[in-house]
Amino acid sequence: MNLFNIIEEIEKVDPEVSERISPRRAAIKNITSFGSKVAAASLPFAFGSLFKKAYAQSSPSEVIGVLDFALTLEYLEAEFYKAGLAATGLGMPAADRTNYFEKISRDENAHVTFLQSTITALGGQFTPKSALKFDFTGGGAFGNVMSNYETFLKVSVAFEDTGVRAYKGQAPKLLGNEVVLGAALAIHAVEARHASAVRYVLNDKLGLGLRPWIVSTGSKGNDTGVAGVDGNYNGEQEIMQLGINITDLPNTGNSKTIQSATASFDEPLTKDQVLALLIPAFIKPA
Amino acid sequence: MKTETQLNQSDAGMARRAFLRYAGAGVAVAGLAAVGACKKDKNNPNNGLTDVGSGDIGVLNYAYALEQLEAAFYIQVADTSGNVFNNDEKSLLGEIRDHEVAHREFFRKALKDKAIKDLTPDFSAINFGDRTSILTAAKAFEDLGVTAYNGIAFKITSADILTVAGKIVSVEARHAALISNLINPGSFVNADQVDLATGLNKSNGPNAVLAAANMYLKTKVSASSFNF
Repeated sequence: MNLFNIIEEIEKVDPEVSERISPRRAAIKNITSFGSKVAAASLPFAFGSLFKKAYAQSSPSEVIGVLDFALTLEYLEAEFYKAGLAATGLGMPAADRTNYFEKISRDENAHVTFLQSTITALGGQFTPKSALKFDFTGGGAFGNVMSNYETFLKVSVAFEDTGVRAYKGQAPKLLGNEVVLGAALAIHAVEARHASAVRYVLNDKLGLGLRPWIVSTGSKGNDTGVAGVDGNYNGEQEIMQLGINITDLPNTGNSKTIQSATASFDEPLTKDQVLALLIPAFIKPA
Repeated sequence: MKTETQLNQSDAGMARRAFLRYAGAGVAVAGLAAVGACKKDKNNPNNGLTDVGSGDIGVLNYAYALEQLEAAFYIQVADTSGNVFNNDEKSLLGEIRDHEVAHREFFRKALKDKAIKDLTPDFSAINFGDRTSILTAAKAFEDLGVTAYNGIAFKITSADILTVAGKIVSVEARHAALISNLINPGSFVNADQVDLATGLNKSNGPNAVLAAANMYLKTKVSASSFNF
């Protein structure tokens, strides 16, 4: 049971949370000290009602919908790295394993647990992992993903960049929601850190000039050179932001080029766009 | 909308700042202003500080202030670091400079006449001839930017502005991870920036962010309407 960590976590994001739920919080802390399994089992419901009171601005079902969608993506990533770290014939260098993939795997697992706990705490029900089946070959497009390190890196880059876009696309649904928007953006930033790192590792391997950020051309968002993931990057070639053309702004270095302008801003994907990219190629009902 | 009274006060504040600057009392004034700011004077938020304002404009100006700082830093890195970095690193740092300039110019243009003034940086604590000094500062700026955008996001009332903040913060996080890995490979999601139990990046409110940013600014910035 990790529910008590949530309050601690939320306090970091929202120092006033204990004021909002204060009188009952002491009572809840007392319940833990009894160590009663019955009390602990009833906690998700207690938390759910507390959170509904504390954060009633957004529709709870929409917030839970966002979190459960995020959880689906995190399941995919967590299972992908778990399989990669376990694949004996993958050829992942020991340094990459320690420096990058064990850490990324750790974060994705933490995201899964965090999202599950948060959904439960908000009084919702999350989709269990057992309801889903994962195919890391993307329906055969990346058939050697678990036996060829280069393919593994390519799929990893696509997953991370797509994850960043997916979280970004959900942000407006959480407008003004201090706790859940804060948490979603905090995961979003970690996914972007992952994306940056795996792009760097892939570039180290291929030396094709792939950057830690997405450098699009005027007509194509996908800069990875990986066939079959154009859709994951479509839209990244945007140069207009809030009606302002980034390539028309005062210049330093190459800041006015389409390459730099598109790299300076990551673009969102809607939930439907993300699901269409992942289902049924990578995720199917179990 | 600004009221006429506010405009007058703002003009008065500008005149006072200009006078004091010409009087050559800049440093002393900054110190006094910081003390003065502790006494909350809502009618005159300037107090020698450049205040970002309130509402979505305040958030945009807050971001604009941080992007001004980052852009100025990377411009100085590109212009003065000589052969501290190899060619690969130079081109990566040059690209980051270009991104930060684009962010700065974007906010300036989006804010139009609501934009805060150009800030004067103070990079005297950074040794631009030393790799570790530069990268440590770069990491501090990038990490600060990520925590700042994430910390202020819930105050944004426009979905479009929230989205654009999201578009920028992930690029800052990409920068942050790269810089971190240049310092120490594999440090891109270490516990200094990520809570390992939840996998959440840390976030900070404007009070903590500006306290850190102001150490690198001659023009001190405040965000009096976002007091957290």
